[in-house]
Amino acid sequence: MAETKEIAVNSSGRKALAPRSSRRSRRSGPRRSQTVGALWAAPALIMVAIFFVLPVIYMVYMSFQNWPLLGEHTFVGLRNYTDALQDPRFLEPVKFTLVYTLLIVPALLVAGLGMASLVKAKRRGSGLFRTLFFLPVVVGFAAAGYLWLWFVNPRVGPLPQILRDLGFGTLQDPWLGTTSGALLVVCLMVLWKFSGFTMLLFMTGMQTIPDDIVEAARVDGAGRWRMLRSITLPLLRRTIALVVILTTAGSLLAFDQFFVMTRGGPNNHTITVVYAIYRQSFSSFRLGYGAALSVMLALVLLVISAIQLRLLRSDDDD
Amino acid sequence: MTTSATEPLAGATTASSSPASPRNRLLPASAWWIICTCLAILFVSPLLISLLSSLKTPAAAQAENPTLLPDQFSTENYQALQGVGVGIGSYITNSVLVALGTVIGTVILATTAGYGFEKYGFFGRRTAFMVIIAMLMIPFQAVVTPLYIVLNKLGLHNSLTGLTLVYITYQLPFALFVMRNAFAAVPLALEEAALMDGASSVRMFRQVMLPLVRPGVITVALFAFFAAWNEFFAALILLNDQSKYTLPVALTLLQGSLLGQISWGTLQAGVMVSMIPCVIIYAVLQRYYVAGMLSGGIK
Repeated sequence: MAETKEIAVNSSGRKALAPRSSRRSRRSGPRRSQTVGALWAAPALIMVAIFFVLPVIYMVYMSFQNWPLLGEHTFVGLRNYTDALQDPRFLEPVKFTLVYTLLIVPALLVAGLGMASLVKAKRRGSGLFRTLFFLPVVVGFAAAGYLWLWFVNPRVGPLPQILRDLGFGTLQDPWLGTTSGALLVVCLMVLWKFSGFTMLLFMTGMQTIPDDIVEAARVDGAGRWRMLRSITLPLLRRTIALVVILTTAGSLLAFDQFFVMTRGGPNNHTITVVYAIYRQSFSSFRLGYGAALSVMLALVLLVISAIQLRLLRSDDDD
Repeated sequence: MTTSATEPLAGATTASSSPASPRNRLLPASAWWIICTCLAILFVSPLLISLLSSLKTPAAAQAENPTLLPDQFSTENYQALQGVGVGIGSYITNSVLVALGTVIGTVILATTAGYGFEKYGFFGRRTAFMVIIAMLMIPFQAVVTPLYIVLNKLGLHNSLTGLTLVYITYQLPFALFVMRNAFAAVPLALEEAALMDGASSVRMFRQVMLPLVRPGVITVALFAFFAAWNEFFAALILLNDQSKYTLPVALTLLQGSLLGQISWGTLQAGVMVSMIPCVIIYAVLQRYYVAGMLSGGIK
């Protein structure tokens, strides 16, 4: 399973960083003082306690309460949860978020894989292309959203203008005016902004494919398609899993792009789960209900992350 | 910090260094150049066209059937940003303060904690680390409602300090991960030699460790900067006063105040102001950025 070491090795390119060696250095190293270590870690741990542990505990507590912004909160048991499971203002966003995830995850996967195969080899120009493909990743989601809002505007946007110039004059309706149009535009924006990231993950995965296997297959007369199907994809399965999990977790948390580009419209059809939580907590001020939705979201993310950790850990084992 | 993973992205250094071996040539060279160039245009052109549009006169930027190049270059759109909310200057200042605060705070906390975690055993160390792993699983978006209440009770809501503290905290898991790796790579012999000389824990940290973990510190600082500079959701919720907005949230004013009649030129100018620092920093320090991204394997 040597091909699966990408995470451990790439963390610095040096084996010395693998967890095993760090454990050894702690045990056989110079005498260590318990108190001194705790003191070094204390400032960070205090921050984590105040701004993470406390809110998580509070979240669970709030989720069992009717909690308006002002005034007293009252215990309501599981009602927030049972309400949520019948509330279209939550269930519709859940459905929409899943549709969005099902669209964007394969798109990012294929784009990243394709771009990585193009620029993985050292050849004149490949370094420059990598840098250019990756450039949108460093742009913030809000800025990218506003850029695309303008980019696809039927009146002033360059993209509809280019299509008009090419003779597709009928595409003049506002693309963000329909649910599917809005979803498509947001997906395009995210694809533009994020495929450089999946490209990078795939590039590192591909670097771990042993040259001799590729060479042997070529000698055996494997064609390009056969090569992809029988060598590249099987050896990249862990990278693929990593990309799928990371992009899935990311798209389940989508908010910025929809808030900026569609404002949830048209007719509230592009509300994501995080957007729904935002509305319940900070527009309707049903904070207890918002907390209950948050607990459910957190549980889903925990499951996904547990899968992720398991995959990463089996990477380290070999 | 030149690693197999980061080097390829530092375009200029490797682009011409070694010729491609034949087996890497799945495509004829000309086809490869054409495909890559088209893709590069797809990725870069929105940024470039937006930059050009921000330099048009406001009227030209507002015109239907837009042209690619400005007829005449103008900084009027950028000047118009002064009239947005309390003025773009304040928003830049807010963003710079929050980003710098986040960078400094994250670097200090992650290096000290990374040192403590990696080089010392202490009571509760495992539990503490589990909690920090859990932070990777439950990101900010999932705990925003209770966090809002907690900040309220601490008197830190609607404050740039509060926002900065939140950014630092949620940057810590990744930063700590990077710094632990960096400290783990410090050779044991160096530590032992320093101990023989009777170095204290603090002297060891400052004189032996810090110089050696510099690349990790740069990675952590870069990520903290990008995270704080670009972050939208937390800033949107935790800041109420217009005068306290950071740049990404201030962009909503450009859309909101002029609803139906968005000033597109001004909007593009605003997008550029928030974007250009990231592009420049990325161009200069990209190998650290990519190294960090890969070592995290996340985000």
